[in-house]
Amino acid sequence: MLVLVLAHLLVAVALPFVAVRAMRLAFALAALPPAAALAWTLVHIGPVLRGREVVETLAWAPRIDLEIALRLDPLALAMTLLVSGVGALVLLYSRYYFGRDSPDGKRSAPLLLAFAGVMLGLVLADDLITLYVFWELTTICSFLLVGQAGISRESRRSALQALLVTTLGGLVMLLGFIVLGESAGTYRVSELVANPPRGAGVGVAAVLILVGAFTKSAQLPFHNWLPAAMVAPTPISAYLHAASMVKAGVFLVARLTPVFVGVTHWWVLTAVFGVTTMIVGGWRALHEYDLKKLLAYGTVSQLGFLMVLLGTGTRTAAVAGDSMLLAHGLFKAALFLVVGIVDHQAGTRDIRELSGLWKRLPWVAATATVAVVSMAGLPPAVGFLGKEAAFEAFLHGGLGSTVIEAGLLLGSVFTVAYSARLLWGAFADKPRQTTTEAIAAGAGLVLPAAVPAVAGIVLGVAYPITDDLSSAYADTYGTGADPYHLALWHGLNLPLLFSAIALAGGVALHAARERVTNLRARLPKPFTAQRAYERIMALLERTAVGVTGRIQVGSLPTYLGIILITVLVVPGSVLLTRASLPDAVPVWHRLLQIPLAVVILIAIAGVVRARRRLTAVVLVGVIGYGIGGLFIVDGGPDLALAQFLVETLTMVAFVFVLRRLPARFVQSEPAPGLRVPKVVIAVAGGVFMAVAALLFSSARQAPPTASRYYIAHAEEGAGATNVVNAIIVDFRALDTVGEIAVLAVAATGVASLVLATRYQRRRRRGPGRSGSAAKPTDRTTADDHDSRREEARE
Amino acid sequence: MTTVNLTMAIVLGGLYSAGFYLLMQRSLMRILLGIVIIGHGANLMLQLAGGPPGRPAMVGEAAPENMADPFPQAMALTAIVITFALTTFLLALAYRSWVLLGHDEVQDDVEDRRIRRMERRLAESEDDTESEATQ
Repeated sequence: MLVLVLAHLLVAVALPFVAVRAMRLAFALAALPPAAALAWTLVHIGPVLRGREVVETLAWAPRIDLEIALRLDPLALAMTLLVSGVGALVLLYSRYYFGRDSPDGKRSAPLLLAFAGVMLGLVLADDLITLYVFWELTTICSFLLVGQAGISRESRRSALQALLVTTLGGLVMLLGFIVLGESAGTYRVSELVANPPRGAGVGVAAVLILVGAFTKSAQLPFHNWLPAAMVAPTPISAYLHAASMVKAGVFLVARLTPVFVGVTHWWVLTAVFGVTTMIVGGWRALHEYDLKKLLAYGTVSQLGFLMVLLGTGTRTAAVAGDSMLLAHGLFKAALFLVVGIVDHQAGTRDIRELSGLWKRLPWVAATATVAVVSMAGLPPAVGFLGKEAAFEAFLHGGLGSTVIEAGLLLGSVFTVAYSARLLWGAFADKPRQTTTEAIAAGAGLVLPAAVPAVAGIVLGVAYPITDDLSSAYADTYGTGADPYHLALWHGLNLPLLFSAIALAGGVALHAARERVTNLRARLPKPFTAQRAYERIMALLERTAVGVTGRIQVGSLPTYLGIILITVLVVPGSVLLTRASLPDAVPVWHRLLQIPLAVVILIAIAGVVRARRRLTAVVLVGVIGYGIGGLFIVDGGPDLALAQFLVETLTMVAFVFVLRRLPARFVQSEPAPGLRVPKVVIAVAGGVFMAVAALLFSSARQAPPTASRYYIAHAEEGAGATNVVNAIIVDFRALDTVGEIAVLAVAATGVASLVLATRYQRRRRRGPGRSGSAAKPTDRTTADDHDSRREEARE
Repeated sequence: MTTVNLTMAIVLGGLYSAGFYLLMQRSLMRILLGIVIIGHGANLMLQLAGGPPGRPAMVGEAAPENMADPFPQAMALTAIVITFALTTFLLALAYRSWVLLGHDEVQDDVEDRRIRRMERRLAESEDDTESEATQ
């Protein structure tokens, strides 16, 4: 199985090179991997239905228990047939749909194939994390396929909406997966189904996972991305947004319902959202003039229907759900391809512009009729089998079941009505309209549409096969005493009556279409989900701008202040709450430390208040010498020497630059409102560092082993009695090399900065008068020599 | 047992306070002085954290147990030299800034402000088109 998935992806990678030269060949090649997957699945139908499931695992990151697990079980089987079968057909269809040099076609061929591959991985996944990875990959493929070249604003917007909504759901779902996996101790779906976990975490996981399923399968209130995604070329809509990707949500529900069968809100939520989606989607479809939009809302409606069936967790509902899953994939793919042909041959897909097309495209009209039979739930199509089973599933039960049953019936009325609207709108003769001109469609376009349409009828007539397929999945819920079996004739019973009501009601609704349209115009316009999405996006953008504007003000002092505050708040609060001050803190170790400390503190106070640059620099020098003094007191003569030397050099360098700068700091004094916070933050930072120093140094136990080693081996190892020198030039000589490199880099930087100035001046003044301008440069270069000398000393 | 005594802790607190305060100023020269002072503080802290005062670490002149820990000293020595390199580089930058701009003040990042304004404008125009699209 992994090989099949990889084959899709590898061919997809190679495909762009073929597509550039011969696009039709590229689509033919692209159809091969899905066709292979289909053949492989067909071979395995028998064994899988007899209970011999195919399992493959590949350790991915064994140390953190990550593995790729694939499993072909009855549910995966149904989905694979759909994904690979429809995939191959759509790719063949695309061969004729896209023009020979269409850039969209060149882009779509590899993407569609890659999508088929990841979708195959998604339906085969037996591991929640594997499933999630494939799930997000389908989202990315969808984004690229909807967005296409991204030239039109509408396609960009639609692609972004699809991406944002489904990724949001995907992330929430990942959270749910983790909660579920952690509370069960396993991420393997088959193990979860075998041993459903219990506990509060499972209930939370159920809701989180449903958010993912609802967004992907376009349930209310997340449904709007799906009709918007119809800007994509029709083959893509047919495959992604009707037959396969949007099924991922209902597929996930079907997968996990056995796990959540004990969680009440799982089926309540799926039922409530599913029924609402089915009715609202059907109602919206009744008013669309664009055939594709009509089908899109029809898809939304059908996905709601599937959500109800697959989320309920009873055997009969599961039989209905599984067969409807197949039925919907087949008829919806066929109908989308038909609409694509109409659009392609007649140049429009607006109901108001099409008339009498059945005369021009008789085969297309016949295909559409066959598919619509299944969509409307009429015998002998598989859609009829599924709908009968669905009515049966909620027939015996409490109030909840009755409400669901009524909802499904209303939804079915709408389904019949929009099915009629589709056929009528696309092909019928309309009064006061001339027959639309259309070019006859070739077999290359019609056949891929006809195959799934006819398959819908075949699966209906050969209902024992469909029953075997669906029952194999539904038996997860236990067979019971008298299991329901799909059949075209169950006798005169309520489900048959409901089917008749749906048909009659739908036809009547279609006949009264003008009144229905008027009714809708008179209804108050509800707050649409699209509006909500747009408002949320606008709010998000405004918040982002606000936050960026406040944080990214462009002022260096503010940034430093924020960083310091973070240091104070995060580690500082830990310091305050968790650490205890050491018991005995000596006031001094050597008496000399006190006068030196006083000198340093006075100098510090002076630096902060200094107005003249030179004063400040001299005072900093005083601090440096003071610290050198402390080093001597501490017993570090080498350190003190380095400190005195460097301090002197720094002073010299400062004085060279100060010669050029004004005597006083030119800075405009900060506003009084800002000065106090700065002082507070700075002092708090200083106190924090002092306390940290007290605490950290008390962690020291004894001279570290490294130091003892250096002392013991200085004489024999480095030939030096001065241990500090031995460390610098011998034991840790590499550190010193690094240090010299830093000095060299800094010297280069200084030289280039200063030389740039000299060069500019010379150019400005002309070559003859460069003498005085060169002066400061020479000195700063001398300063560089100083730093080199410093290196030499080391 | 802490190796930093109270006096030294106060010195450290003072050094870091002054350093932080100068760092938050706008004059590049003062920022530079702040960095120098913080550097002093860091070097001092490194040395102090290495243990209580002792005899210089010269083999043969003091018993090893009376010596000041030589390892932090070597570290601090390296740090001192690198601080010096940093200081001279920043000094050159301040000088260059003065030559080019006539002052050594750190201005607000114009680019940040411009991006902010641009984002504002974009957000407003998005709002407009969206409300048009929904109508």
